[in-house]
Amino acid sequence: MKHEIVEKNVGLLAVLVLVVISFGGLAEVVPLFFQKETTEPVEGLEPLSALELEGRDIYIREGCMGCHSQMIRPFRAETERYGHYSVAGEFVYEHNFLWGSKRTGPDLARVGGRYSDDWHRAHLYNPRDVVPESIMPAYPWLFENTLDGSDTPRKMRVLRSMGVPYTDEDIADATRAVRGEQEITALVAYLQQLGTVLEGTR
Amino acid sequence: MNNLWTDSLSSFWSVWIIVITLGTIAFSAWVLCANRKTDKVPDAEGNVDTTGHAADGIEEYDNPLPRWWFLLFIATIVFALGYLALYPGLGNFRGALGWTQENQWEEEVARAEERYAPIFAQYQEIPVPELARNSDAMRVAERIFQNNCAICHGANAQGGYGFPNLTDDAWLYGGQPENIVATITNGRNGLMPSWQQLGSNNIENVANYVLSLSGLEHDAQRAEQGQSIFAASCVACHGPDATGNQALGAPNLTDDAWLYQAPGQSVADAVRQTLRNGRNGHMPAQAAYIGEDRVHLVAAYVYSLSLQD
Repeated sequence: MKHEIVEKNVGLLAVLVLVVISFGGLAEVVPLFFQKETTEPVEGLEPLSALELEGRDIYIREGCMGCHSQMIRPFRAETERYGHYSVAGEFVYEHNFLWGSKRTGPDLARVGGRYSDDWHRAHLYNPRDVVPESIMPAYPWLFENTLDGSDTPRKMRVLRSMGVPYTDEDIADATRAVRGEQEITALVAYLQQLGTVLEGTR
Repeated sequence: MNNLWTDSLSSFWSVWIIVITLGTIAFSAWVLCANRKTDKVPDAEGNVDTTGHAADGIEEYDNPLPRWWFLLFIATIVFALGYLALYPGLGNFRGALGWTQENQWEEEVARAEERYAPIFAQYQEIPVPELARNSDAMRVAERIFQNNCAICHGANAQGGYGFPNLTDDAWLYGGQPENIVATITNGRNGLMPSWQQLGSNNIENVANYVLSLSGLEHDAQRAEQGQSIFAASCVACHGPDATGNQALGAPNLTDDAWLYQAPGQSVADAVRQTLRNGRNGHMPAQAAYIGEDRVHLVAAYVYSLSLQD
């Protein structure tokens, strides 16, 4: 009995299970790698500057995406509050994606330009200073730590190998551009560019 | 809104998706039917065929799936085919209903627009000072303020360190309706340069002069020395009488409103810090976020705050 062979060989069973579930990925995931919508940047999309890139790594280090998503869904309730829904072409230079899946705080996909730099600095130093009812943690150490920029060119080279169009000058200049900057400056620079590439956010 | 969702699958990938999707459904249907059995009828001696599996003397009957289960399985296949006919799922085939995430969103927005636009249009007609006394309008406006403005200016609009108090009568850019509308629509950029180059002695003198303007405690001799520096360097923006210039957003230095006085800081220290480091106040333009109708309403709300008491 043929079925008995499958039932009695765990290795074979595992392989066949993998084959079956891979059909979902083959139909739903693989075509996205070859679709213009997901592989071509929206008009005007630029790679992050060295400072913004360091800011992004601070965003990751501090776990911001644990509470803040970066993905506006096409529902009126979201576009009224946050602006234009997110589109795939905005994220082609993102490795890895920081879409997140949890909104303890608001979505940040288009927070760029929404508030002043001073507001962000005050808010990150102690959120309660500007929003009394906030439950967000304070990040005062961002004002003490400074960047040395020694890893920045390497990060940019790695990103370039994944298709982010950094030029040799960008990379050569990266360390100088971030050395000595406070972490808060880098993080605010990162936040202030989020979602600004699409014109007319409403 | 930009139309960024386009039909951009190549025909190869479109066919690829269709073949895998329909093939999987067909394969499931085949597996279901190919293994279909009917109930086993006991033979003359009352024995029923088993699967041949036996463990500790317990044997397994070779019974078919329960009928309801089988039919449920068929129903899922029918549902899948129906879904794929109506909604986009098969490559570039858009589905009989023509549904997309984008047009669902557009419908939703259009419905809301139909419902709310007349309300906003009606308020748009009313001039700000009159609107500020309309309690229905102000309830709407307060919500807009809380959602968009309170994050900097505070829930009670009393501002904070670096964020102007909107309930007092000190206005950086003017408190007339048209000034408020312009501020909200286009935002503001206030720039006070750093005067570090004056040297710490002169900064101390100017600081004392500034304190003297509003009758705060100061060193009269230093203030006198500061006056000439003020006349040379500060009057261009703050004016000869130091009452400021609303066209530039230069604050009035003779009143008791101090935008940059940190909690626990003395006015004297705040003034020194401002002179040394300069200030750069920025209010982002709001028209792009909330639209003209809401700007008008929230301007009336801000105007109403200074009407009270």
